[in-house]
Parts: sequence; C-alpha cells; structure tokens
Amino acid sequence: MTTATPRWSLYRFASPATFYPLAGKLVPWFAAVAAILAAWGLWLGMLRAPTDATQGDAYRIIFIHVPAAWMSMLLYVVMAFWAAIGWAFNARLASVVARAIAPTGAMFTFLALWTGAFWGKPTWGTWWVWDARLTSELILLFLYGGFLALVAAIDDPRRADRAGALLAIVGSVNIPIIYFSVVWWNTLHQGASVSPAMAPKMAAIMLQAMLLMTLSFWAYAFAVIFVRARAIALERDNAASWADAAVGRARPQTEAAT
Amino acid sequence: MSTTFAVLVARDLRLAARRRIDVALPIAFFTVAVSLFPLGVGPEPQTLRQIAPGVVWVAALLAAMLSVTQLYATDLADGSLEQMLLVPDARLAIAAAKAASHWLVTGLPLVVAAPVFGLMFDLSREAIAALVASLVLGTPVLSLLGGLGAALTLGLRSGAVLLILIIVPLCIPALIFGAGAVAAVDAGQSARGHYSLLGAVLIFTAALAPIATAAALRIATE
Amino acid sequence: MNWNSASDFFAMGGYGTYVWGAYVVTAVCMAIEPVVVALRHRRVRRELAAEEQRR
Repeated sequence: MTTATPRWSLYRFASPATFYPLAGKLVPWFAAVAAILAAWGLWLGMLRAPTDATQGDAYRIIFIHVPAAWMSMLLYVVMAFWAAIGWAFNARLASVVARAIAPTGAMFTFLALWTGAFWGKPTWGTWWVWDARLTSELILLFLYGGFLALVAAIDDPRRADRAGALLAIVGSVNIPIIYFSVVWWNTLHQGASVSPAMAPKMAAIMLQAMLLMTLSFWAYAFAVIFVRARAIALERDNAASWADAAVGRARPQTEAAT
Repeated sequence: MSTTFAVLVARDLRLAARRRIDVALPIAFFTVAVSLFPLGVGPEPQTLRQIAPGVVWVAALLAAMLSVTQLYATDLADGSLEQMLLVPDARLAIAAAKAASHWLVTGLPLVVAAPVFGLMFDLSREAIAALVASLVLGTPVLSLLGGLGAALTLGLRSGAVLLILIIVPLCIPALIFGAGAVAAVDAGQSARGHYSLLGAVLIFTAALAPIATAAALRIATE
Repeated sequence: MNWNSASDFFAMGGYGTYVWGAYVVTAVCMAIEPVVVALRHRRVRRELAAEEQRR
C-alpha cells in the first residue's frame, strides 16, 4: 500500500543525501559563472564606462555598492523563506540552508555600508550620512546580527532553527515598516545641504556593468552558501549513513545506525 | 480566553506588588540613564531641549528591554510557566497577559514620570504633553515586542543582552514616530501625522505580536 | 578604453583612495569568505573520517 514517489519529486531535494552531492557538483559552475561575469562587468564598468560629469570617477563604486546592497536585501528574504519552510514542514535541510545564507548576507550588508561610506566621503563630504538608505542598511545589519546571535545562543539545533525562523519572519514583515519610518525620519530631518543623489544618470553601459556585477554576486552567493550548507549538514548529521557515503568511510556491519 | 487573560494579569500585578524592587529597578535605571545625558552633553538648555525627546525615548526603550526578561524568567524557574502552558489554547492569552502586565508595571510608571523629566530638560508644556502622549502610544509597543523577545530567548544564558540585540531594530519605527512627535511639537508644528503612524504601529503590533510570542513560547518549551 | 594610461586608471581622476578603498575591501572579503567556508567543510570531512578510525 505504498504510493510511488514520482522520479522527479521535489521532495528528493529535501534529503541531505541528494542535496550534498548535487550541491558539490554545482559549486564549481557557480564559481566559474561568478568569475566570468565579474570580469566582464568590471571590464565594462572600470575600463570602458565614461567618467561621470558630476561625480567624476568616484561613481564607479556603484558597480559593487548596488550589487552588494541588492544581495543583502535579497538574501535576507531568501533566508527567511527557507527558514519558514524548515519550520513549517519540519524540513531540517531548509533550516540548514537558511543558516548557511545568514553570514553571506551579513557580509554583503557590511560591504554595502563600507562601499557606501567610501562613495559618500568624496561626494557628500563625510564618511557617514544618516540618509534613509544607508540607515536602513545599517538596521538590516542589526537584523542579520540578531538572527546569527539567536541561533548561536541556542544549543538545541531544532529549537535554534525554529526560533531563528520566527525571528527572520518577524524581521521580514518589519523591513518595509522600518524602511518607511527611516525615510519619513530622514525627510523630516533633512538638512539643507544634504540631499544625496546616489544614482547618477545611467548610461547604458553603466547599467549593463551593474547588472553583470549583480548576477556575478548572485552566482558567488550560490557557491559560497552551498559549500557552507554542505559543511553544516555534515556537522549536524555526522552519524547518518549519508554522511558516511559523503565522507567516503565504510560503516562496520555490526554497528547500528543511530 | 479573556478570563485567562484577566487572571494572569491580576496574578502578575499581585506578584509585582510583593516584589516591589522589580518594579522600582526599571524606573531607577530610566532615571539614572536620562540624568546622565545632561552630564555628558552639557547643561545648555537649548541643547537639552533638543535632545530631550530622543533621550527620554531611548531610555524608555532600554528600560523596557532590560525589565522584560523578568516576564517569563521567574515563572520558568519555578515551573509555573509549564503549568500555564498545559492549559489548552492558553498560549495566546499568556503572551497577551504578560505584555499587558509588563506595560502596567513598567510602561505606565514611565508615562506618569515623564513630565518630571520633561521639566528637567526644560520642555514646554505642549512638548511635555506630546511626550506623555507619545509614550502612552509607544510603551505598549515596547512591551509587546519585548514579550516576543523574552519568549524567543527563554531560558538562554545570554538573555537580556541578546534580547536587546534582536528586538531593538523592531522598535525603531516606534522610536522614530514617538520622539519625532515631541520634536515636531517643540518646533511648533503639528504632530498629528506622528500620532497616526504611532497608533498604526501600535495596532499592528498588538494584533500580531501576541501570536508571534505564542509561537515563540511553543518553540521554546516543546 | 576610458583611460589613457595605467597611472590614470589607478588615480581614478583623483578619487583613487576612495574607489580602491572600496574595491580592495570588497575583493578581500569575497576572497576570504570562500576560503573560510571551504576550510570549515574540509575540517568537518576530516573529523568525520577520523572518527571512523577510532571506532
């Protein structure tokens, strides 16, 4: 009285035994795509794109600032999504992926802030400006930090997964509200001199370079996150038989699987 | 469910009455924190008037977060939380009741004490009224979000600091609209927009935070 | 090509410190992160394989 799982059911990928080798095979491809797109994007953006009329060559930071910022926001939502799936369907691998995303997302957030500051100094005159987008990005860093701190503080892995999922969902729901409140706060307190126009008018080649860099960062994220997810899955499931196969060790016949 | 709510709030208030030090500590912290700012920034009245809304609001936020771990900690320690959770479908009522009693014990005294601090910072009468109004709307938000944090970090060693780290970003809209309302009144403008937004944040939080807190309680105890 | 010489490229119209300050830190982070993660993975695999010897 069994129903056969169709050969290409999505549930197959919920098993670490399937995910682990598949992810391993995909990582080099993602890494290669990331490198190629970055080379192309940087060639266009750094070598070919013309100098901007108002900002000079300082605007070229846009080719890493905007992709980093977009990735930081996208990865948070994706992280919350997989954490929610892991919670709702008790799918441990989904929770593992969510935890694998967090450090990379936090790194991109830091890079968005760093490159934003380095872009701000020559264009606005100060390293840090409390404009709506940079401030919201800072708050996003706090949200990532909170998630990482919470899951690190809970010893039981499943409780940590679920608590993290709840926090990530609450964070996602709050992001539009927080952003709106920061924009409101910023427009009310707008000093007369500070009116940053972050995005210079885009020549087609600039837009193209920016898109290429974004896709490159996306592929990079896939590669790094897959490797980290493989590591975390092994750490958690170290006694399972799929782990044996993955690591290439034989299990003695008499030993019962835990 | 409303009887569970009422019973729990009454219980928490009775317990608070017996452990008055737990009630006094947040207010004491708030007083000390607020008083530090003039000492650090200088006694110039114009400066103090300008920073007053932010200072009072930030101190209220921190005082709320520091006291909120107490919400569940004592009940967890002596096992009564587990007993409460045994009652079917009680989690939502527990979450709501804990937030309500936290506000009554910590938030409400802050609202009552606010005019005194307003005077310390030489705020005008209208600004003090705005401060009180913004705290009336905002401190319940802090209690609701703090309750969520307390449930998420239930029983963890790093408790209070971790809670502040994860909950403070969520409190930022309330902080912005609340302190902004007072600043607007101080500048002679209408704070109507601020109050509306703060009220919306309160309604949104009151509707959703207890549900999230109930889920967090389940996660922490199962 | 937008640049007349290599030194022009590095100078970035006078904004060199800022542009390269941003790019170098980004490159360093995106070089270190994969290494750290790969090392973590390698360590887990080694520890699991070693565990088998001890059994």
